[in-house]
Amino acid sequence: MTTVLNASAMQRALARMAHEILERNEDVDQLVLIGLQTRGVFLARRLAERLSQATGVPVPTGVLDISMHRDDLGLRGAAPEMKATHISFPIDGKTVVLVDDVLFTGRSVRAAMDALMDLGRPRRIQLAVLVDRGHWELPIRADYIGKATPTARDERIKVKMAEEDGVDEVSMVRSPA
Amino acid sequence: MSWTRRHLLTIEELSPEEIVTLLDTAASFKEVGTRTIKKVPALRGKTVASLFMEPSTRTRISFELAAKRLSADTISVTAQSSSITKGESLKDTAKNIEALNTDFVVLRHSAAGAARFLADRLDAGILNAGDGAHEHPTQALLDVFTIREKLGRVEGLEVLILGDILFSRVARSNIWALTKLGARVTLCGPSTLVPAEFAKLGVRLTQDVEAALRRADVVNLLRIQHERQRKTYFPSTGEYSAIFGLTSERFLLTKPEVLIMHPGPINRGVEIASEVADCPRSVILEQVGNGLAVRMAALYLLNGAQGNAQAARADKG
Repeated sequence: MTTVLNASAMQRALARMAHEILERNEDVDQLVLIGLQTRGVFLARRLAERLSQATGVPVPTGVLDISMHRDDLGLRGAAPEMKATHISFPIDGKTVVLVDDVLFTGRSVRAAMDALMDLGRPRRIQLAVLVDRGHWELPIRADYIGKATPTARDERIKVKMAEEDGVDEVSMVRSPA
Repeated sequence: MSWTRRHLLTIEELSPEEIVTLLDTAASFKEVGTRTIKKVPALRGKTVASLFMEPSTRTRISFELAAKRLSADTISVTAQSSSITKGESLKDTAKNIEALNTDFVVLRHSAAGAARFLADRLDAGILNAGDGAHEHPTQALLDVFTIREKLGRVEGLEVLILGDILFSRVARSNIWALTKLGARVTLCGPSTLVPAEFAKLGVRLTQDVEAALRRADVVNLLRIQHERQRKTYFPSTGEYSAIFGLTSERFLLTKPEVLIMHPGPINRGVEIASEVADCPRSVILEQVGNGLAVRMAALYLLNGAQGNAQAARADKG
């Protein structure tokens, strides 16, 4: 197991991502952050807090579950466990930053964009990920990246976050062959 | 937990964890109903056939809409409008539907065990939409979903099922679901329609309507199933209503936060007074809305398990 990000490196990465989001989006009041279940939700909340602190403008966050929009239903063995979608504000005309922990094939992000389009018509969608590990299978790239880490396909990225796992840490594990 | 069943035939065979998985999944699908676009692609390219050999309004439209909201294609066969009137057997009708590559069959039939019969003979996933006086799993699931949503829990609640128990598949499925989730169930109705054997299922039987109403956190009313009664089990609907009906006077005995439930169709003035059916404690129409979410959840979970079976076949081949 190799550590990709420890707690302080994760904090620094999030601070930098928050700055980049502000740099790219002058109209902070039009900005909303939507986290993908489960760890993307915590990341979205942390980024939103930093954005609000830096600007004094509250940045709303929402929660998106993509189970119903996946393209591998019926290929996986069992239906993915469904979690809540909760977006309590209209996304029409907004700049939506989708937040996920790991960008791998891009299929989750594809599903998330489909789900989002069913909820409204955002002005633009941007993507923030804590770890970009490569192996994209779709023309989808992240706008904000905490850490780009080239990986082998059989390696796994394990993201732990204090809210769920009691500790902030990203590590890489080689799956047993 | 991960769901592995390919069919939804009875509540009796489900574990408490499986029931909770269904309810949690249904909660997510309920949210879909609040969106501008109320449709998700989870069952895109799949076909759901509903085969209704007995009349139904709620269950049939609910299953069909559930399938459509999941982006499945749907076909619908009812006994009156099909070759069943020409003497075709259930198995042959179902085999013909399956020959069109349907992935799921939703079956309502007057014979207990009809859904299991098809599950043993077809490759398609079978959803029991009511088999005789045996079970009606999605009705029980939507009932416990409604109770959990409204009262925050099922465990420890006093649930009174009042009416025709003997001929009710809703009662049987509800008894299984409620007792598995830790509720205390009381059955009440004319002694001819509340057989003593039900005590074996871990429920209380009583003839004392008024004491039972005072104690109940939930009252689930059941219609008299005239269509299943080949002889007369009670003197008249007037007398039934006078002794066992939830009249406005009896409603005053219930707890202020009681839930009044009914699977429909209701017979106003028989098992329930009109004013009670329409009062704020009545969740009869919310049950209908929750039924849609529960049936979407059932189709979604069975679809996931079907992928599992297909993957296993592919591995072998």
